[in-house]
Amino acid sequence: MHPAFSVIFFTTASGAGYGLITLMSILQASGILPPDPRVGWAGFGIGFTLITLGLLSSTFHLGHPERAWRAISQWRSSWLSREGLAAIVTYVPTGAYAIGWIFLDWRDDLFILTGMVGAMLCMQTVYCTAMIYASLKTIRAWANSWTVICYFSISIFTGALLMNAIASVFGYWHPAMFWITTGAIAVAGVAKMQYWRFIDRNPSESTAETATGLKGHIRLLESPHTQENYLQKEMGYKIARKHASKLRQLTIAAGFVAPILLITLANASIPATAAALSILAVPVAAIGVLIERWLFFAEAKHVVTLYYGETTA
Amino acid sequence: MTSLPETPTTKKLGLVIDLDICVGCHACAVNCKEWNSGGHSAPLTDFDPYGADPTGVWFNRIHTFEATDDVGNSRTVHFPRSCLHCEDAPCVTVCPTGASYKREEDGIVLVNADTCIGCKLCSWACPYGAREYDHDDGVMKKCTLCVDKIYNENLDEESRVPACVSTCPAGARHFGDLGDPESDVSKLVEARDGFELMPEQECKPTNRYLPPRPRKTAAGSTGAPSALEPQVDGGDSPFLRWVDKVLSR
Repeated sequence: MHPAFSVIFFTTASGAGYGLITLMSILQASGILPPDPRVGWAGFGIGFTLITLGLLSSTFHLGHPERAWRAISQWRSSWLSREGLAAIVTYVPTGAYAIGWIFLDWRDDLFILTGMVGAMLCMQTVYCTAMIYASLKTIRAWANSWTVICYFSISIFTGALLMNAIASVFGYWHPAMFWITTGAIAVAGVAKMQYWRFIDRNPSESTAETATGLKGHIRLLESPHTQENYLQKEMGYKIARKHASKLRQLTIAAGFVAPILLITLANASIPATAAALSILAVPVAAIGVLIERWLFFAEAKHVVTLYYGETTA
Repeated sequence: MTSLPETPTTKKLGLVIDLDICVGCHACAVNCKEWNSGGHSAPLTDFDPYGADPTGVWFNRIHTFEATDDVGNSRTVHFPRSCLHCEDAPCVTVCPTGASYKREEDGIVLVNADTCIGCKLCSWACPYGAREYDHDDGVMKKCTLCVDKIYNENLDEESRVPACVSTCPAGARHFGDLGDPESDVSKLVEARDGFELMPEQECKPTNRYLPPRPRKTAAGSTGAPSALEPQVDGGDSPFLRWVDKVLSR
C-alpha cells in the first residue's frame, strides 16, 4: 500500500496524544502525578496539539476536505466513521478534565471520574483507528489481531515517553513512571516483532488462481494498460525485502532499544541530566515509530495486485 | 446509508463473462468509457491522454493471462475485470459518509458524487480493483452497470443493456438477473459451471465468469491412417527386383 505521509503522521501523532492523556488521567487518579497546572499545560497542550494536528492531517488526503463533516454519519457500519465520531466525543470529557486540571482546581471524585471516562474514550478512538485497517480483509498484513495490539501498545508507549519527559522537567518524576514506560516499550517492541513474524508467515488465502478462477501457474501476459493506473499507484506499492529488513532493524533500534537505554540512563542520573535524557528519548522514539508506520503501509500487500502479475498476496 | 440492504436483494442484476469466448479486443472497455463519459459518473477524467504518460479513470479493464498446467500445456485467457456488484459489498460498509450504496431494487452498487469525500477507503476494501479515484473530481468512480442505459426508455429495448454487453463483437458478455434462477444468465451459469472470483474474500459477488472449455491436447481423427504403409520393394517379380536394383545404384 502507498505510504501516504498524511496518514502516517495522523496515526502516530494522534496515537501518542491519546496515550499521553490516558496515562495522565490514570497517574493523576492513582496519586503518582500531582495535578499541578503547569503539568496540565504541558501535558494537555502537547496531547491536544498532537491529536488535533493528526486529525487535521488525515483530512489533507481527502478529495473533498470541506465535506469531512459527513464522515461521522455512518458509525453503524464504518470504522472510519466510528473513528471520526469517537475522536470528536473524546474532546468533551478530556477537554473538561484539562480545564478542571489547569484552571478550576477541580479535584473531587467527579474530576477523577471525568478523567477516567476521557481515558477510556481515548483508547476507544485508538481502537477505532486500528480497526479501520484491521477490518480490511483485502490486506492480510492488516487484517489480523496483531494490528490492534500494535496500535494500542505503540499509542501507550509513545504517550508514556512524553509523560515521563514532562514529569521529569517539572520535577515530578516517580519510579512508577520509569517502570510503566519501560514496560510499555517492551510490550510494544515484542508485539511489533510478533506482528512481523505473523505477516511473514501468513499470506492471504487469495492467490492468482482464486482471483482469476484459472487453474495452474498464472502469469500476466499483457497488462490492461500501458501506464500505471490508480490501482497500481495506490495499492501496488512494493518495497524490496532487503530494504524492509533494514528498516525493521532501524525501527527496533530507534523505536524500542534506544528509548529504553535513554530512560534507564536517566533513571541513574541527577535530575537535570535525567530531564534532558528523557526529552531526548522522545524524538529518537518518534523516528522509530514513523519508520514503523511507514513500513506498516509499505509492506502491506493488497489482493488486487493478483490481477497485476503477483501470484500471492 | 452505507449499511447494506437488510435482506439480500431479490433482484441481482449483473454480468456473466465467458472466458472461453472473449478475444481480448478491449471493445467493451472502450464502449464503457464512451458511454460513461456522458453518464451517471461523468466525466471519466483522463490525464495527459495524448502524451507520454496517459492515465485515466476506466470502469472496465481487460487483462490477459497465461495459465500453464503441470505438464506445460498453456493457454491464453483474456480476462475482463469490472465491478461485480457484490451482495456483501465491503466498499459500501466502509464508506464513512453514506456516498457509497447498494440499491435495494436491483442490487446495483453506486457512488453519490455529491457526498463522496474522496477518502479512497472503498478502493482499499474492494478485492477486485473495481473502484478508481478521479483526481480531478476528487471523488471515487466505479461501474454503474449502465444504470442510465438499462432503464432508459428512450432507447430501443435491445439497447437497454450495459454498454460493454451491447458492444461485445464475440458475444462473450451477458447481462441479466442473477437472483432469478430461471433467467437466461442463471441457466447459462448453471450449464457452464460459472464461478465467482475470490470467494474466500466473502463479498458474495453477483457477476459470474464462465471457465474456458477444456482444450483437446491430442490430435482429432480425420479418417486418415495414422501412418503410411511402407512401399513394396519389388515383391516376388524378378523384373521388378531388377528395376529396383538398377534404380537403387
